[in-house]
Amino acid sequence: MVRCFLINTVCPVSALGAGESRVLYCRVFGPDESIFTDQNRELSPEERRVLQREKIAVVARQVRSAVSLSREAAGRLLVEAVPGEEALALQEADSGVLRLRAGDPFPEEMSALWLGVQSLGFTLVCEPHENLLLAEGTLRTLTRHCLEQLHMLGQGSEVLLRSNRIDALLSRLLPHGQLLFLNHRFAQSLEKEVSAYMAK
Amino acid sequence: MYSHGAESLIKQAREIQDSELQKFYSRLVKLLQGKELSHETVDSLQRLYIILYSNKYIRTLPPELQKRLHSLLSSPAEQFQVLCSAVLRETLPPSAHSGNYSQENISQLNSHAAALLLSQAGSTADVSSLCTQLLRGLESRPLEGPTNSLTHTLPILNTILTHNPECLTEDHVTLLSKKLVDWLRYASILQGGGTSSGGFFTGPRSRQPVPIAELDGTVSGDFFTVLCVGQSFTEDQWMNVFSFSVLRHWLLTYHSVSNGNNTADTAQRLQLSLSLSHSFSNDDRSEVDGSVVSMVSATSSSSRLLPPKERLREKSFQYCQRLIEQSDRKAHKKSDADLQKACLVEAVCILDCVCEEDASLVFRTFPCIKALFGRLSSDLSFARVLLPIAQFYLNHGEMATVDCGSVWALVFGRYPAELFNDPFLAHELLRFLRLNLESLQLRVPQYTHSFPNLLKFLAWDSPAVVDDFVDLLPSLVTAGTAVELLHTLLDLPCLSATLVLQVRSTCLPISELSGRGLLSLDAFRSPSFRGLFLFLLRGEAGSGDTIDRLSTLLELLAETADWPRVVQCAQTVPVLLHIFFNTVITVADEKLLAHLILVMLERSSLLLKIPKYNKEIHRVFSAHLLRLCKLHPSLVVDQSHELLEFSGATANVYSKEEIYTHVVWVLGEYLSVSCDSRCSVRLITSCFEALEAVLFEITSSAPPPGADCPAPRVVTTLMSSLAKLASRSHDLIPRVSLFLSKLRTVTRGGSVAWCSDEEDLVAIVTRGEELWSLLKAPGVAQSVLTPPAHVTTPQWHRDTNVALPLRLRALTNFTHSH
Repeated sequence: MVRCFLINTVCPVSALGAGESRVLYCRVFGPDESIFTDQNRELSPEERRVLQREKIAVVARQVRSAVSLSREAAGRLLVEAVPGEEALALQEADSGVLRLRAGDPFPEEMSALWLGVQSLGFTLVCEPHENLLLAEGTLRTLTRHCLEQLHMLGQGSEVLLRSNRIDALLSRLLPHGQLLFLNHRFAQSLEKEVSAYMAK
Repeated sequence: MYSHGAESLIKQAREIQDSELQKFYSRLVKLLQGKELSHETVDSLQRLYIILYSNKYIRTLPPELQKRLHSLLSSPAEQFQVLCSAVLRETLPPSAHSGNYSQENISQLNSHAAALLLSQAGSTADVSSLCTQLLRGLESRPLEGPTNSLTHTLPILNTILTHNPECLTEDHVTLLSKKLVDWLRYASILQGGGTSSGGFFTGPRSRQPVPIAELDGTVSGDFFTVLCVGQSFTEDQWMNVFSFSVLRHWLLTYHSVSNGNNTADTAQRLQLSLSLSHSFSNDDRSEVDGSVVSMVSATSSSSRLLPPKERLREKSFQYCQRLIEQSDRKAHKKSDADLQKACLVEAVCILDCVCEEDASLVFRTFPCIKALFGRLSSDLSFARVLLPIAQFYLNHGEMATVDCGSVWALVFGRYPAELFNDPFLAHELLRFLRLNLESLQLRVPQYTHSFPNLLKFLAWDSPAVVDDFVDLLPSLVTAGTAVELLHTLLDLPCLSATLVLQVRSTCLPISELSGRGLLSLDAFRSPSFRGLFLFLLRGEAGSGDTIDRLSTLLELLAETADWPRVVQCAQTVPVLLHIFFNTVITVADEKLLAHLILVMLERSSLLLKIPKYNKEIHRVFSAHLLRLCKLHPSLVVDQSHELLEFSGATANVYSKEEIYTHVVWVLGEYLSVSCDSRCSVRLITSCFEALEAVLFEITSSAPPPGADCPAPRVVTTLMSSLAKLASRSHDLIPRVSLFLSKLRTVTRGGSVAWCSDEEDLVAIVTRGEELWSLLKAPGVAQSVLTPPAHVTTPQWHRDTNVALPLRLRALTNFTHSH
């Protein structure tokens, strides 16, 4: 299953230190894993939340580094895409996968699939035995919907102000972190529901 | 994309004053009391979410607000379900005894509320009870009927089992296995009813039944799978999709659960056999539904008499076989073609999993896997599908006595050579190697020889895969490969540059202007240098450790030294070298270690000139040279000729300070009869003379143009080594003493050309004086400068009778206790 989906900055943010990243959206699926580890079982809900936040921040920073290193190595110039050019932006996106060693930051090893679209990174943290071909397709679909529905190529802050749309999107395309084998017909029928939700 | 607006929004949310926040809360409570939930309500809830989300610590909401939000979770408007669960997720869960959620049955909640409940579970017991509730929900609910919650049941269950597989009981396994068989194998083969009226599912009513179709448009002639399409779908078809999506994890989980619980298992089996007649009459719906007899299952043995787990295994087997068959159809949409690939991966993994549990299936599965391999092996775009196939061959090939040669030719040959720039393939292939390291080493002799190819992944995308190579490298170090591997590691930045050139030269036609002006690209294309580049790009070890014209190659690639990819690659080499040397001392004999020392000396000047790279490599070499010599001191006598040659070259003082210092130190330390009886007076004298000449040269003139002054450490190390050697051959003592006294005289004047820092000079002179006075008493000098082994590795510390500290401690204890 997918452990979490996050959207974070992969560009310098003035309020943050170099190499830091702002997590704009994050959804962790399932129960909090710290209740299953002996070490953390005694934590209070408040402490568990902070711990989880820190873990996500670790992933975000690693994704930020991975995106910058990959862009630096490829030496490609970023093409500035404007609203309406979501498909182009997605096509030009850098992508890759990171191995998160056991304990760094999750108790078990994880694979983090990332897509770097201009100044933002979209990441799925999956269990490493997960079907990564399917995960990659799902990540692209999710990213496309986020870019389109939240007008993310523009200057607005809808990723924060309309985050419920991302929740609704995830509940269809990645319910409870479950990757689904959806052919285009199934996908269409879910996307219709998503559009209906967005229209409200 | 990311605007200042968003940043200031977060700032505002973090800095909001408490009084302001309380006002906001009470306004929100009022809004939520209203009959109509307006746009303003939605907006306010979203803002509340941002406030809670942006803060590191949890804020406590007023109880009234919390209650309202909680009741809104079951609002008919989905937007409110979503927003309230998002807000409540960011708050503290209700404490256990307040019992806010506990009366609720998770299987009756909507998906968003259920997710909230799960995310706030506070203990394993909570999660286990949710699991039981969900399964009970599955059991009690008839399959038909308008239920929304059924689809999210499977994903939630899967989530719970991922975290806490222990909560499964044998009854659960039986129940869910039966359900999965139903959904997987007996979903309706007719399309769902007319266009949806907006609900998640529409009833299975259809005025004119239309059969489902395959991805290429033909009418489907077999049972329903995720690769079947229609205008709309029935509920059981949706369940088919969800069932297949969770199937692999389920098979893995129940396998591990039932394996860990054998006694219970047998007891359950007994019980099962009693209830067999009951379950089969209920469950096999193939005839009831009018479902066609499957082409796939028609040939296989009847599964109707199997217990649920075995039956699920059989049905999974059939389902996967059908998917593999369906994946050969030409999909109209690209997204469906991608799905076919993902399905192939999943199908092969599931087949592997069922074969693991039931070995008798191996013989039924292999023909299909072999055929699939034959179909896909020549097409590089299916590389990622081939990896699970390789796993299948590795796990079951021996049992079925199948030849795996062509599989390994792809995994270790073509894929790294041609797909080194696919990050996903690299990740999956290296993970495959990591997971199967033991059996690969045992059964696939090509593995260790394929390192020149495998390292292409590292040379191309070092930051992403270096972690994998940290784990893999030790397995690649063998006595047979060590020398070539060392050269290959040192040449990794060259390989990186060459791969970039290879990609560029295939992407750009020769006439293309943008490629012009790159000397390295011209060289890459020139037939006269082809051999050099082909050596770097070789796929297998064994064609020679390195090449004679390496220096030519390094010159050709000189301009690549600041390419980001090359620099990133160079940064990983020191780490890998450490791992290499740490491993090699466990597998190498003395002869090989001697060879490695020669390689270090030789390669210390044959490296791509990347800023800092040479220094880093020299540092690693120095550390391990020292370690090797400490471990096998006779290596120094063995290799004295080469070591002397290296330390006799004055230029090395300036260009390779680090490694030069260490070579001089090991010569002084280990060139001694006590380390190796072959060490003659002649050898000591010739070493002395070589070092003496260098020391004289560097302390009598200014450094050559362009070079810095020799490091003080080099000078003192040379002096110490000379003193050590002299203490072993007393004829040499006057020569050192003369030098040291001259040094004192010369430096009295203050500054010298070869040392710019006054403090350094004082330190050097002090050191010289110490050595000089020591050498005045040759007997003492020998025991201090070449101490016998029992002094440097003192055993007597551990001897309780002699050890002073222990006695003291005993005495202290004695006095303290009184």
